[in-house]
Amino acid sequence: MAVKEKKQAVPRVKMPEQAPEVRRRNFKEVPLGLTDEMAMTEASRCLQCKKPACVEGCPVSVDIPGFVHLIAEGDFAGAAERLWQKNALPAVCGRVCPQEAQCEGNCILGKKGSSVAIGYLERFAADRAREQGGGALPEVAAKTGKRVAVIGSGPSGLTVAGDLVVKGHDVNIFEAFHKPGGVLVYGIPEFRLPKEIVASEVKTLEKLGAKIELNSVVGTTITIEELFEEGFDAVYVGVGAGLPRFMDLPGENLIGVFSANEYLTRANLMKAYLFPEYDTPIARGKNVVVLGAGNVAMDSARTAMRLGAESVKIVYRRSREEMPARAEELHHAEEEGIEFVLLTNPTQFFGNDEGRLVGMECLKMSLGEPDASGRRRPLPIEGSEYRIDCDLVVVSVGAKANPLLTNSTPGLGLNRWGNIVADPVTGKTTKKGVWAGGDIVTGMATVILAMGAGREAADSIHDYLTRGW
Amino acid sequence: MFKIVNREEMAQGTIILNEIEAPRIARKAKPGQFVIIQSHEKGERIPLTMADVDPDKGTITIIYMVVGKSTASFSKMAVGAEYFAVIGPLGKATHIEKRGKVVCVGGGTGIAVLHPITRALKEVGNHVTTILGSRNKDLLILEDKMKKASDVLHICTDDGSKGHHGFVTDVLKDVLAKDDISLVVAIGPVPMMKFVSSITKEKGVETLVSLNPIMVDGTGMCGGCRVSVGGETKFACVDGPEFDGHKVDYDELSKRLRAYQEDEKKSLEQFEKKA
Ligand SMILES: Cc1cc2nc3c(=O)[nH]c(=O)nc-3n(C[C@H](O)[C@H](O)[C@H](O)COP(=O)(O)OP(=O)(O)OC[C@H]3O[C@@H](n4cnc5c(N)ncnc54)[C@H](O)[C@@H]3O)c2cc1C
Ligand SMILES: Cc1cc2nc3c(=O)[nH]c(=O)nc-3n(C[C@H](O)[C@H](O)[C@H](O)COP(=O)(O)OP(=O)(O)OC[C@H]3O[C@@H](n4cnc5c(N)ncnc54)[C@H](O)[C@@H]3O)c2cc1C
Ligand code: FES
Repeated sequence: MAVKEKKQAVPRVKMPEQAPEVRRRNFKEVPLGLTDEMAMTEASRCLQCKKPACVEGCPVSVDIPGFVHLIAEGDFAGAAERLWQKNALPAVCGRVCPQEAQCEGNCILGKKGSSVAIGYLERFAADRAREQGGGALPEVAAKTGKRVAVIGSGPSGLTVAGDLVVKGHDVNIFEAFHKPGGVLVYGIPEFRLPKEIVASEVKTLEKLGAKIELNSVVGTTITIEELFEEGFDAVYVGVGAGLPRFMDLPGENLIGVFSANEYLTRANLMKAYLFPEYDTPIARGKNVVVLGAGNVAMDSARTAMRLGAESVKIVYRRSREEMPARAEELHHAEEEGIEFVLLTNPTQFFGNDEGRLVGMECLKMSLGEPDASGRRRPLPIEGSEYRIDCDLVVVSVGAKANPLLTNSTPGLGLNRWGNIVADPVTGKTTKKGVWAGGDIVTGMATVILAMGAGREAADSIHDYLTRGW
Repeated sequence: MFKIVNREEMAQGTIILNEIEAPRIARKAKPGQFVIIQSHEKGERIPLTMADVDPDKGTITIIYMVVGKSTASFSKMAVGAEYFAVIGPLGKATHIEKRGKVVCVGGGTGIAVLHPITRALKEVGNHVTTILGSRNKDLLILEDKMKKASDVLHICTDDGSKGHHGFVTDVLKDVLAKDDISLVVAIGPVPMMKFVSSITKEKGVETLVSLNPIMVDGTGMCGGCRVSVGGETKFACVDGPEFDGHKVDYDELSKRLRAYQEDEKKSLEQFEKKA
């Protein structure tokens, strides 16, 4: 009892950050990381619960008390190794997981005071290990002679590949883009997830023996059937939910209306914020509106601010409580001067003679009864139309499944939204020898869930390769 | 991979041909499909149609006009140099079938895009009339190959230095008046496709055009290549690039092609200063 109260009395660590007025104009990472002392103090707040609720909240069951304890002891390398047992991308997850809804949300300390900063500690241990040269590589089992094709190099594909290569299988990753990492490189901006971290994780995978074939769009460059003909014994599909949703509103094809995918891909993957050093241009809006309120919307809004916008508004049809973005992203966005225009829905876009966006019309909304999603349904308020002047709109209202691969793969069962149907436990699809997981199965979800699906599938693929379907 | 094995300058050096090693793509590509190319890691992703493929040799051929920074940088690459990335084949292949009498209309580098389609149309037994247009005789490309792929070949130049003095549309009108044409394929600058389509629409002749909006990924994930066709939004990279010419909103396409005009100018100027 006394210990618990004492630990509660120690305030939760605050991660040092770039000041909002500075960082809103640069692409450098916002939180700067903990010092050794900060990390050790924070780690010693952990109660080391016998039945750790935090672990239950973690989709891949990281041994949280274990790694936190090692940090408290000053054994940072040991902490990183403990993390790697369950999570191949801790430096990524420490930065982008919605901790408040997972591990930290379950922390006993959080019930009365503030939870242990598990995300910060995860990031800390992984960063220290990387700075010190990455730590020891896991042992690779003897070659089995079996070959696995992994399609897509997002968190899901990277996890499957890592697990299977360690189990002794030959693994080839096929990636459509010219860089591996999936959303981690094309979607999530540098200021939230430095790309060198993703690159370093990928390099580890290559050191373990996984091969990556970039610029390969499976479905067109090569089909799944052809992969089998080439001698692959199993295929994992982790192609994400890469298709943008638009709103089907008049004026949506004006110059200046972008999907978040295009806007963020130009900015992140193509490094358009460094134009003309990099060749890809990006539209720099003065008055920017972002439609939607998830992580993608926050990333778009904060990117627009960094590209020099005078004003950036998030326009969202529900209220603050329903916003799906991580708490930290909302908070950061607000600090950086992003305005939230809530209970508001766009109805059309206006352009000039050159076909460039100059404004949009919105309707105010009110909240009605909860709908199927459990959230209160937004209802338009009649006659409440008004105009917002803007020269750039980023539509971030979700993503759907890309049919390029699924259309070219006979026998692969899909649901009515075009997502691949896969066994929730094993990841097996309706087609023999083919597994799937991550956003292509669940619709857009989270990094850690995509990784969790990859891990389960890797176990199932290993079973298949050693024992049969 | 992606090594340049052959390079030719056409049209006074303003149009360049590159034959590139890309075995996987060469094996699968069909007429009408394109690739996305990047010359180096910091480069832009540029869509270019495959003017030819050699599955045995494992090569693809692109023919591009030097218009801006990226194509200018491509044009500096010698035989033996390697492209950083070549992705494809992308887009839907042209639907090739025996229709009877067809007309193929090409302008500028559109002729390169048109060539494999024309050849395929002829191979399945169509009677092919081809009309090519360019500003002057020196800017005309692939005349011999197009001649081989066609039953009748007409050439038009804006300045009258070769063939008919005037636009492809003049000749097209004559051909449509004389013959019973079942299909027109028009590939070239947007205004050319627009005018061809308005003529064939009047006559009720089915028309196929190949659109060239600004692209990023070429796989349907960015939506940058959206075009309005028959009042509906389509993604040219996966739904096209070929569409019913009578339904395309050419004015919207022309405007969208100017989205980055100022940046593109700046980028080219900087590149030329360095070079
Ligand atoms: C902007 C943005 C911000 C986000 N922020 C967060 C966050 O803060 N926290 C969080 O937990 N989640 C976040 N998410 C969601 C998270 O990124 C995804 O849930 C996760 O990346 C899904 O992983 P995946 O492996 O299924 O697919 P992806 O990461 O989408 O990777 C799929 C890969 O497959 C490739 N591919 C697609 N088709 C083919 C093909 N036919 N052939 C070959 N390769 C192909 C793609 O190019 C891509 O590289 C965010 C998403 C976005 C877009
Ligand atoms: C499916 C498709 C097939 C094409 N095939 C050919 C071909 O076979 N031969 C050929 O010469 N050209 C072709 N093009 C056009 C070619 O992609 C552009 O000329 C090229 O991108 C110009 O790039 P740049 O940097 O040199 O010029 P920039 O200075 O960047 O741009 C000049 C003009 O090119 C267009 N453009 C710019 N960026 C892109 C982009 N990423 N995608 C498309 N257009 C862009 C714009 O209209 C712009 O105003 C094709 C385009 C598409 C979409
Ligand atoms: S180029 Fe991105 S969707 Fe077509």
